Amino acid sequence: MALLEVENLEVAYGVIKAIKGISFSVEEGEVIALIGANGAGKTTILHTITGLIPANKGQITFAGQNLNKTPGHKIVSMGMAHVPEGRRVFSQLTVYQNLKLGAYTRKNKSEIHESLKTVYKRFPRLEERKNQLAGTLSGGEQQMLAMGRALMSRPKLMLLDEPSMGLSPILVNEIFDIIKVLNENGTTILLVEQNAKKALMIADRAYVLETGTIALTGEASKLMDNDSVKKAYLGE
Amino acid sequence: MSFISYLINGISLGSVYAIIALGYTMVYGIAKMLNFAHGDVIMVGAFTIFTAMGQANLPPAVAVLISIVVCTVLGVVIERIAYRPLRGTAPLAVLITAIGVSYFLQNVALLRFGANSKSFTSVVGVKPLSLANGELIITGETLVTIISGVVIVIVLTLFVRKTKPGQAMLAVSEDKDAAKLMGVNVNGTIALTFAIGSALAAIAGALLCSAYPSLSPYTGSMPGIKGFVAAVFGGIGSIPGAMIGGILLGVIEILSKAYISSQLADAIVFAVLIIVLLVKPTGILGRNINEKV
Repeated sequence: MALLEVENLEVAYGVIKAIKGISFSVEEGEVIALIGANGAGKTTILHTITGLIPANKGQITFAGQNLNKTPGHKIVSMGMAHVPEGRRVFSQLTVYQNLKLGAYTRKNKSEIHESLKTVYKRFPRLEERKNQLAGTLSGGEQQMLAMGRALMSRPKLMLLDEPSMGLSPILVNEIFDIIKVLNENGTTILLVEQNAKKALMIADRAYVLETGTIALTGEASKLMDNDSVKKAYLGE
Repeated sequence: MSFISYLINGISLGSVYAIIALGYTMVYGIAKMLNFAHGDVIMVGAFTIFTAMGQANLPPAVAVLISIVVCTVLGVVIERIAYRPLRGTAPLAVLITAIGVSYFLQNVALLRFGANSKSFTSVVGVKPLSLANGELIITGETLVTIISGVVIVIVLTLFVRKTKPGQAMLAVSEDKDAAKLMGVNVNGTIALTFAIGSALAAIAGALLCSAYPSLSPYTGSMPGIKGFVAAVFGGIGSIPGAMIGGILLGVIEILSKAYISSQLADAIVFAVLIIVLLVKPTGILGRNINEKV
């Protein structure tokens, strides 16, 4: 059974249907990319999965449990962490306080400390700046903090929403390298990206979204060679 | 010597304003709403003590404790039935509801206790302190009020900085959705904030009515507004700001009454507020939030 299973999901903002019956699945250990233009509904899907907005129809199942009736704040302790679009770090708190909040649902102090050390090892910049207010970090550092904060919950599945947004090409490469490493260390990844090329390069499979429906799906390497994908998303 | 005595009275009154301001400022910081019924919770707290001591003959400490419990429950219930259903709607709708809750509480008190002022028996049993060969006398109420104010600010600051629910409050105050993604129960955190604010209102009511022993259904409105002013003065959302704003307000008010005119005292207080806001719109300790995109 898939780690995350989304079936016939429909989401509306008022009368406007943003997601019109979407089904997809994420198997354990995979990197899955959701690509598509602005307004295709990528972020809406992630927000619905983690309970920030309610679904109108359909089923979301994570690790065998139905998420439709689960309150948003209970989802992280089930093993799913969401790195939201625009990072959404707590800018008035320090890097350290942000990371501690990432482990909010965990109780064991020594285990939390272990996770903190692991995050610092993966993102040495965060350790250097641990007492700095998160709002004073650069965009790339904030992205690392947002990812580190999510890792503090020791997620089985990490949802990443536009991690490359607003970053310089070098930083984009760095972030994608980190995503690959995280996946190799056992974290399943659901990645939402406008940078389709980058996303397809690290993904196992991908779904192409167009105005609330899935237009295409398949292995990432095959989608890269697909003519319509090339034209619409890869700029070739 | 009289100046020092006025100053101490000002600090004492200011401590009451500060305790009220803390309730306003915490609720504003976390729920982003002005709870204009906060002053009336003070009044309910004072009436609870009045009833517990006068009719049930309970000792003052027990009466204060009951009042804290009653106000805490009241605050949580108000949040649950009046404010939570409106969360995410227009801020004006919430503001108007808060004014409605304020009138509701006043009118319930009016029905139950009538419009006449009751005389309130002080809950403070501390003896006055006589200094400088009896030239400077500090009442027990003044002492207890100032000490309570200081203790409350220290405890609240530590609570927010050092405890998990405190960190959750900071997270919710900055970004509710991001806090939810961390696993913070946002509704629970807001309810906790109302509980703390209302418990503080009960303490403020006990101290205020002990120092100025008359009680009516409208007792809470003016101190409530002053507490709000103190919160804005100090920088709304800031705990030390509420303390500084409250004490400044109390000192300005008492000194104006003593040296300028007791009729003009409130006008002077509000004039100072206007000047402070013209110079620094975010209040004394308020910070500008720079959003980085």
